[in-house]
Amino acid sequence: MNGHVPAEGEIRIGVYICHCGSNIAGVVDVAEVASWAAENLKDQGVVIARDYKFMCSSPGQDLVTDDIRDLGLNRIVVAACSPHLHENTFRTATARAGLNPYLCELVSIREQDSWVHTDKAAATAKAKAILAGGVERVRRNEPLDPITVNINPATLVVGGGIAGIQATLEIADAGFHVYLVEKDASIGGHMAQFDKTFPTLDCAACILTPRMVSAGTHPNVTLMTWSEVTHVDGYVGNFTVTIRKKARYVDESVCNGCGVCQEKCPKKVIDEVYEAGLGYRKAIYTPFDQAVPRTPVIDRENCTYFEKGTCKACEKFCESNAIRFDQKDEILTVEVGNIILATGYDIFDARQIAQYGYGRLPNVFTSLEFERLSNSAGPTNGHIVLRDGVTEPKTVGVIHCVGSRDRNFNNYCSAICCMQSLKFSHLVKEHTGATVYDFYIDMRTAAKGYDEFYQRVMEEGTLFVRGKPAEVTEAGRLPGEEGKLIVQVEDTLAGRQRRIPVDMVVLSVGLQPRADAKELAQRFGISCSSDGWAIEKHPKLDPVATMTEGVFIAGCVSGPKDIPTSVAQGAAAAARVLGRIQMKQMNLEPIKATVHPEHCSGCRICNTMCPYNAISFDDVKGVSFINAAMCQGCGTCVAACPAGAISGTGFSDEQVLAQIEGLLRVGADGLPLKRAAYPVAQHEGNGHRPEAPIEEAVRA
Amino acid sequence: MSPAAKPAAKPKLAIFGAASCGGCDIAIVNIHEHIVDVAAAFDIVLWPTIMDGKYSDIEAMADGEITITLVSGSMRTDETVHLAKLLRRKSQFMVSFGSCASEGCIPGLANLSSRKEILDTAFSTSSTDNPDGLRPVWECQVPEGVLRLPEFEPVLRTLDQVVEVDYTIPGCPPESNQIWAALEAVVKALNGTGPLPPKGSVLGAGESTVCDECARKRDVKKISQFVRIQQVAKFDPEICLLEQGLPCNGSATRSGCGALCPAVSAPCIGCYGAAEGVVDYGARLMSAFASVVEATQPEEIDRVLDGIADPVGQFYRFSLAGSLLRSGRAAWQKDGE
Repeated sequence: MNGHVPAEGEIRIGVYICHCGSNIAGVVDVAEVASWAAENLKDQGVVIARDYKFMCSSPGQDLVTDDIRDLGLNRIVVAACSPHLHENTFRTATARAGLNPYLCELVSIREQDSWVHTDKAAATAKAKAILAGGVERVRRNEPLDPITVNINPATLVVGGGIAGIQATLEIADAGFHVYLVEKDASIGGHMAQFDKTFPTLDCAACILTPRMVSAGTHPNVTLMTWSEVTHVDGYVGNFTVTIRKKARYVDESVCNGCGVCQEKCPKKVIDEVYEAGLGYRKAIYTPFDQAVPRTPVIDRENCTYFEKGTCKACEKFCESNAIRFDQKDEILTVEVGNIILATGYDIFDARQIAQYGYGRLPNVFTSLEFERLSNSAGPTNGHIVLRDGVTEPKTVGVIHCVGSRDRNFNNYCSAICCMQSLKFSHLVKEHTGATVYDFYIDMRTAAKGYDEFYQRVMEEGTLFVRGKPAEVTEAGRLPGEEGKLIVQVEDTLAGRQRRIPVDMVVLSVGLQPRADAKELAQRFGISCSSDGWAIEKHPKLDPVATMTEGVFIAGCVSGPKDIPTSVAQGAAAAARVLGRIQMKQMNLEPIKATVHPEHCSGCRICNTMCPYNAISFDDVKGVSFINAAMCQGCGTCVAACPAGAISGTGFSDEQVLAQIEGLLRVGADGLPLKRAAYPVAQHEGNGHRPEAPIEEAVRA
Repeated sequence: MSPAAKPAAKPKLAIFGAASCGGCDIAIVNIHEHIVDVAAAFDIVLWPTIMDGKYSDIEAMADGEITITLVSGSMRTDETVHLAKLLRRKSQFMVSFGSCASEGCIPGLANLSSRKEILDTAFSTSSTDNPDGLRPVWECQVPEGVLRLPEFEPVLRTLDQVVEVDYTIPGCPPESNQIWAALEAVVKALNGTGPLPPKGSVLGAGESTVCDECARKRDVKKISQFVRIQQVAKFDPEICLLEQGLPCNGSATRSGCGALCPAVSAPCIGCYGAAEGVVDYGARLMSAFASVVEATQPEEIDRVLDGIADPVGQFYRFSLAGSLLRSGRAAWQKDGE
């Protein structure tokens, strides 16, 4: 038998049924499936059918490779777990034995069979049907070759928060160029607004600003603040990114960042962004003193010169003549090989929960406002005071889960709010000595040093009330409630309703996706959940990659995260990118969609379908075409094409219909299905349908 | 005619209309003077619409004696099924001619109803003057003997669901220029001056879809509302009808007609059937229309799709009987009979 050479055109299929321990074998009679296949699928070309305890193990794979060599197999079907898990394992094994890997198919008899059934006979019959489908399909598989693309060593990082900065520095330090694009005037992100960071209470600025400066001055970094990505073309290794650099009205190349323009500017504006509405900035400003870059921007809407045509105080006092009132937005394009999205989050708008009174009751604050209040560089120089700006609160209530874990708003846990609330409780104690009530549903302090911090705050005397407040009101009706905010809460540990009067309430608001998250996802060709969080390639095993090759994610773009996790993700994404850069080239899966121009009528229905922007229309030829390197093989266009002019490699209509025919070969009782029981697809290519026995089926 | 086409025994041609409107026969005659060429090239042995002919003459022939048979019309009665099988046996090449034979066409929509419902509608609804409630009987005894009517089949079938078919000429009816082109190709093949099309080929049509032949300008499609033709006073004469919200089937319909309908602002209704390689016309088209609906919320999507007033008529007007879903069994669950 050794070295059997199949005759020209002869199909020799090896079939392997995995026990997966008892995962499959506990429900499916795998030995029966194997012997059935050897007997009943002979005509389809099955020459060997085996079952084995763990096909993915080394001896399991050896069964495949040995049979390919010894029996001259030229098609392989492994009936085991989901292709997501082990398709690559068996394709690699197949390739090791010298057979094209795409002549191996994995069919799932675990996720789609043994795990979802208890009736052994029916599950065994289903395994046979699934296997027969796989055999029909593999008969029509063709050898495919991977597509090789070059990797441009430059990288685009979008978002200059801590995750983006980390990713940027990792790549730049490794010697490769990074374009860091930030939509605000300075990098730093939300972290730059914080005072202390939990659980160690490091000063946020002290640990963040050195990184910001490094990113701003690194020779391998092109920092583009006050800029936005407007368009992305291309594919992994070869993206062309269009960036709109908004007009700053200040020439970055000559501004020395002295700050005199900000001093002299006569126009004060409430700073809704950095100071969360608690402080002022000028019409020409840098968001904060440690901003990187130091170059300010002019807020055109509030600038007296742009409003009235006179003033120009900044221009008069600028020693470096850097003011440019006639500056226009610039459109730049950069070529990069990989993209890291670190666009972060928005905070939940507490006004949506009317019963907590934010926006109506002056002394209800959001967590971001509290961060600014407690920050020594903030509008009150770190004095925690009521909205009047002078009075220190005697009692403070901190409410967790505002907008999170709430079916009316966001169902998910925002992950950082428990620790953030505990930090607030600590800071209030430290700054004012006030009594602090901390209203929580569940305390989630599950990371290094977090629970210890919780214990410390408990020991400091913060009063914890387990219950979700129903209302914050100023309608006092009991002694001691007058002039106070009353937190109405069911104390679920005490088992009673409580009214707790406080001077100040801090709402620990949740995190939510950026308002433009879905447009962002579309622009970069990635998917996001219905909430708007970016979806990882695999939530556990590939958390910083996306389904789009060459586009990575880091930090809160994929969901709420604390600073350590965001930093770790930034570094992880950078590591993935560096791996790509070092490879210089990469192979892409050849599972692609192709337009057959002779069948394409140029109707353009497919043109807007592609989530990866891989389809273009050729005006001259009047047909649509697909960029193979950008195509991720999802099949959306294949389904959309009304003319059937697009086929998916490895998923042709012929293959899919053949697989369905195979599936329909075995009934739930394990016996062959009669052909009359299902419609016959006209796919054999001869335009001939076997005579459907309607007389028998219908007249009987 | 070339001399080679005039042997003593000319190739025999049969043209048979099963359940059809007769439009296919008219379309054949519409090839004008070329009909003389057809008569010169073939010995026409059966064409009930045009000339007298007896089934018994066909039965008397040897198997394969007829060179080529064109069958228009669908398989509605046991008579048509019998004739289809008979002609298949007697013919070298069987051509499914026109939409009825190939995919069921308008008569195929009867598969949405049971035989009883169809007969009830025909003989007992208020618009029918039938005071005695008479119904057709398939057999009845009269003094002269037994009279037999062709019996209504439980479902309407396409020709290729009954017999093996060699070629298909699509259209309702096929365009006359395409008929002549197809016949000419066959004549050439028979006298050795051209290749015989491979078995299973679609003749007299293109490989692409109607959009290919349509002069209207096409852009990317985003449809937020489907309209019916009577709801709009005037359509832009330059722009794709589908982009204007008119559910035009051109993108899914095989080319070959010359895009006559959209040229006069009438939407394509799909009479040339599915494009090359497409298994189910309606499923393809539904998938395509669904793809370009511009809506994200379920209610919004429903609103847009509700603009398609008659989904079966829109997606399966011609192809219901031949569709993947309806080719194997009747649409109805139980027959009252």
